[in-house]
Amino acid sequence: MADMTQPTTPPPHTSTGTSASTSTPTTRASDGNLVTRFFRATEIDTRLLGMVGALLIIWIGFHILTGGLFLTPRNLWFLSVQTASVAVMATGMVLVIVTRNIDLSVGSILGFTGMIMGVLQAQLLPAWLGFDHPATWILALAGGVIVGGLIGTLHGVIIAFLNVPSFIVTLGGLLVWRGATWYVTSGQTVAPMDANFRLMGGGTEGSIGATWSWVVGVIACLAIIAAIINARHQRKRFHFPRRPLWAEYVLAALGCAIVLGVVSIANHYYWPVNIARRYAEANGIAWPETGLLIPHGIAIPVLIAVGVGIVMTFIATRLRFGRYVFAIGGNPEAAELAGIKTRWVTVKIFMLMGVLCAIAAAISTARLNAATNAQGELDELYTIAAAVIGGTSLSGGIGTIAGAMLGALLMQSLQSGMVLLGIDTPFQRVVVGMVLVIAVWLDTVYRARAK
Amino acid sequence: MTDIPNTTQAPSATHPHPLVEMKNISISFGGIHAVDDASVDLYPGEVVALLGHNGAGKSTLIKVLSGAYRRDEGDILINGEPAEIRNPRDAKKFGIETIYQTLAVADNVDAAANLYLGRELRTKWGTLDDVAMEASTREVMGRLNPNFRRFKEPVKALSGGQRQSVAIARAILFDARILIMDEPTAALGPQETAQVGDLIKQLKREGIGIFLISHDIHDVFDLADRVFVMKNGKVVGHARTGDVTKDEVLGMIILGKVPPGAVPGPGAMKVA
Repeated sequence: MADMTQPTTPPPHTSTGTSASTSTPTTRASDGNLVTRFFRATEIDTRLLGMVGALLIIWIGFHILTGGLFLTPRNLWFLSVQTASVAVMATGMVLVIVTRNIDLSVGSILGFTGMIMGVLQAQLLPAWLGFDHPATWILALAGGVIVGGLIGTLHGVIIAFLNVPSFIVTLGGLLVWRGATWYVTSGQTVAPMDANFRLMGGGTEGSIGATWSWVVGVIACLAIIAAIINARHQRKRFHFPRRPLWAEYVLAALGCAIVLGVVSIANHYYWPVNIARRYAEANGIAWPETGLLIPHGIAIPVLIAVGVGIVMTFIATRLRFGRYVFAIGGNPEAAELAGIKTRWVTVKIFMLMGVLCAIAAAISTARLNAATNAQGELDELYTIAAAVIGGTSLSGGIGTIAGAMLGALLMQSLQSGMVLLGIDTPFQRVVVGMVLVIAVWLDTVYRARAK
Repeated sequence: MTDIPNTTQAPSATHPHPLVEMKNISISFGGIHAVDDASVDLYPGEVVALLGHNGAGKSTLIKVLSGAYRRDEGDILINGEPAEIRNPRDAKKFGIETIYQTLAVADNVDAAANLYLGRELRTKWGTLDDVAMEASTREVMGRLNPNFRRFKEPVKALSGGQRQSVAIARAILFDARILIMDEPTAALGPQETAQVGDLIKQLKREGIGIFLISHDIHDVFDLADRVFVMKNGKVVGHARTGDVTKDEVLGMIILGKVPPGAVPGPGAMKVA
């Protein structure tokens, strides 16, 4: 049995010595106790924390190796934009893998739905609505999402009702939809995209600016505080043990600090001089001697990815559907005996995956400003790798949305770090491949210890 | 065993009808009589063990009660009223819950999630009401197993006995009056077996009737008030556990020989 315990919330008491996995083997016992007590009180998932630690090590490592190029607002901003597409798909891949399935077709679905959206907005819709119609982007997006959902549903039905293993169905899908992508335009690249649609890809235009970034940040902080208060209130209602008050403050402060830190970084990446100059001229602003510093703020694709992450976390943890997904992953037979319609749950998971592929396709076609045949090639592997590095167990039943998104960020960090170092593409793949294997091995060791 | 004489002595006095009465049940698969003219009954607060070799028909008989199989002949009476049980949902309506040998719990989620699996409580927003589910889980588990503290951990982290209590809690959470337990202690160590034994006694006190199915007499003899022994699809006989010895029951299982303390059934060995 490779699937071992992953306590999503560390046990409130560690009666047995072996479960004190949070403590580092420090020589000073009192120090170790303090650390253990801190994690126990705040109920921070130590596994997720380990990932954040690994991420920070990678970031700082690259920062030193590149001579200070990595941890700049500019690079971090680009990193966030580059991660968005795979991160969106990784959230769905978690649910797929949790139910002991796999989806190898996500890259091809991304390519196909991207092409559909490209053709819709560049050829079909303009013929009907005229160019630059304000509704073009949403209609194109809706078309892509519907097609993605239908493809996913088709996969799900074949897997659930015809009992063909998901590996085979989606391997077939990988070939079929990549081929189908070619047939949409006989291999021609479709460009350019609709101006509004392009905002989903980020860039100077596709960012929300300083003011709105702060607004989003403050709303996020209020939401964090409200969530903590609500959870505490709920537990109080039933007289359950609660976290110590200081732990709640620490969590709230930590959450807000991270959110506001991210906003601040995004607001310290300014528009390129040329674009700022053109903007100044267009709006009749006098060009100051010191240069005009217009902050980018948070990029729209990043907002989309974070929004998807929040919605998916809600689905996975707060809805009955999510509970069923995990129950099926843990014990399909028990789920069936409990009266869960496991086949329909499977269909819904793959449908969701298809929709997420379409959203990811929107981000990546918008960013490229074109829909191409090769779009999303190898993305299935990056998506699966992100989910697995993020702690999703291939034997099913275990995984978190946040972990998968962090996994996507970690993989992208490696890649962009290596680009900054001037490492050529083939060797980048060698490194990413090795990191995947090492990450899963470390995770296996961690879980064996945690047990 | 006579440790609980009250419930074993006078069930018929306090309860005019048995909780369950299965009368002359027959079921055959392709000409083979898996169960042939079998009758068993169960009173509230009573533990009845159904013993026999593999293939003796005990599981098939009980699956008629849990709704997994449909009988060819015979009647089922619940509280003296004829009951039509066509599928597991019907059985649940009559308060019949089955605990499977495999326990049928989802290892990776916590006790509350397992207890409410498929019947989750929801808030008015349609989201899972985890706190309410945990609250009633704490209440039910407190009744069954007061030492149970690990509400937030996945069931995988629990011991076999604790998992068993989760499975039982799941069954009784929805007002089960009749509990069917298939080999309840087969996979457990001695300490955990004792824990399950305590659990069963607790359920008896609450007036729940329990069928224990086992092919191993040692597993269930001490827990049961009465035993029914089956052989080749027929009931060899039944007896109060106080009136017979383990060896005599073993004789019933292996040879079909009915001792003096037992009531012979249709499957009893004919004395030449």
